[in-house]
Amino acid sequence: MALVAEKGAAVPAHDPMLPRVARVRKRQRDLADVWTLNLEMEDGEPLKFAPGQFNMLTVFGVGEIPISISGDPAQDGGGLVHTIRDVGTVSGALARLGPGSAVGVRGPFGTSWPVEEAKGNDVVILAGGLGLAPLRPMIYSVLANRKHYGKVALLYGARGPGEILFRAELEQWRRRLDIELQVTVDHAETDWYGSVGVVTTLIPRATFDPQNTVAVVCGPEIMMRFGAAALRKAGVGDQSMYLSMERSMKCAVGLCGHCQLGSAFVCRDGPVFRNDQLGSLMTVKEL
Amino acid sequence: MEGLERIVREHPFFAGLKEGFCQLISGCAKNVRFEAGQYLFHEGQAADQFYILRSGRVALEMSAPTRSLTIQTLGEDEIVGASWLVAPYRWGFDAKALELTRAISMDAACLRGKCEDDHDLGYEMMKRFAPVLIQRLQATRLQILDVYGTRS
Ligand SMILES: Cc1cc2nc3c(=O)[nH]c(=O)nc-3n(C[C@H](O)[C@H](O)[C@H](O)COP(=O)(O)OP(=O)(O)OC[C@H]3O[C@@H](n4cnc5c(N)ncnc54)[C@H](O)[C@@H]3O)c2cc1C
Ligand code: FES
Repeated sequence: MALVAEKGAAVPAHDPMLPRVARVRKRQRDLADVWTLNLEMEDGEPLKFAPGQFNMLTVFGVGEIPISISGDPAQDGGGLVHTIRDVGTVSGALARLGPGSAVGVRGPFGTSWPVEEAKGNDVVILAGGLGLAPLRPMIYSVLANRKHYGKVALLYGARGPGEILFRAELEQWRRRLDIELQVTVDHAETDWYGSVGVVTTLIPRATFDPQNTVAVVCGPEIMMRFGAAALRKAGVGDQSMYLSMERSMKCAVGLCGHCQLGSAFVCRDGPVFRNDQLGSLMTVKEL
Repeated sequence: MEGLERIVREHPFFAGLKEGFCQLISGCAKNVRFEAGQYLFHEGQAADQFYILRSGRVALEMSAPTRSLTIQTLGEDEIVGASWLVAPYRWGFDAKALELTRAISMDAACLRGKCEDDHDLGYEMMKRFAPVLIQRLQATRLQILDVYGTRS
């Protein structure tokens, strides 16, 4: 089954099984448990990627995990940015790496967001929690080529006001007059003036033409399931909806079967899937 | 009254409702406005109306012993309040206008009476309220799941 979402995805320029060494140029704390690392390839050759793709990052002596690229693909060499939530052994070790530390990088891998297909259409970007990070390269691309798209709505849901990712950047985007930005949180005290309610409640409030809309969705799997249902209810077809899936990975090149999702491999056929091709696979539990 | 009837007829919540029913409903409706910070109603009070927001934003709040929580915010075209539908007709939360808010206030006793008298009207109202209730229930389930709390 060919489940490739976007043909323009980049492929590794080097042996995909051999990590190249990168150095942490900058480390920034975004939230209590979320850190952004800006990396620089030690050999000076920048890593070209397409929005939505991921790298396998190694902390030497600890382990290797898949992490989406959250930087700007147009920024030559400077876009190698990863945003990491510390949930365990490797992500925690990555999050603790200071400037100058070495990181192994294999990639970029996987399919990408439909940056090209979306041209000429309205774009709905539906992000939940840390899901804003893999979508950020797509947002950069759309904003850099704004005139090629119709209306652009960025709808973002977070757990609470203190857990809004990339807050300064969201504020910058809100100041632009050519993008509709709505943020909502699931839980808040009464001193929060913004919206409270799950991210799907933002869909009926946004302005877009559902027949001519491409929607991209990223967040926890349950949120994406509800998000896809709400977009469908608003009139967006499954063939115009793209979701990014996560499964545990080892090889990242379609060899080991670790990331299997039905008949698809998330590392090779995903992580970005078109929803009509994903179908019932979304409810398949991790093997 | 004519103006109100037009507002009711054109409101998406009442889309597709027969002309006669629109007239009946408009008889229970009135235009209201709330300043920012003003409460539409408080928890425990009699739920003798509900609101259809025309503009502005409203926060539904609940007080816990040590803090006040906003459980949901609602905006244009959305419905505030469903407690008027089921006995004992008491509000389960506070509702506060976050900004200048204009709404249609529906007299619940008046509407309940008309729905009792004409079950076709009652059924039309239920068809409109049931999806709102289901949506809120699903949203509440998602909030309880706390999907962003841990990786899921
Ligand atoms: C394509 C892809 C892109 C990803 N992009 C990002 C990203 O941009 N930023 C980011 O922070 N993470 C991302 N992840 C998830 C990340 O890879 C995992 O959090 C990581 O593998 C955890 O490894 P660990 O050694 O830190 O945790 P472990 O010590 O292995 O596990 C710690 C705990 O986390 C849980 N856990 C591990 N992996 C996952 C997972 N994938 N989903 C849910 N729970 C998990 C385990 O069940 C365990 O309870 C991505 C995953 C994939 C497949
Ligand atoms: S991780 Fe090995 S096949 Fe996908």
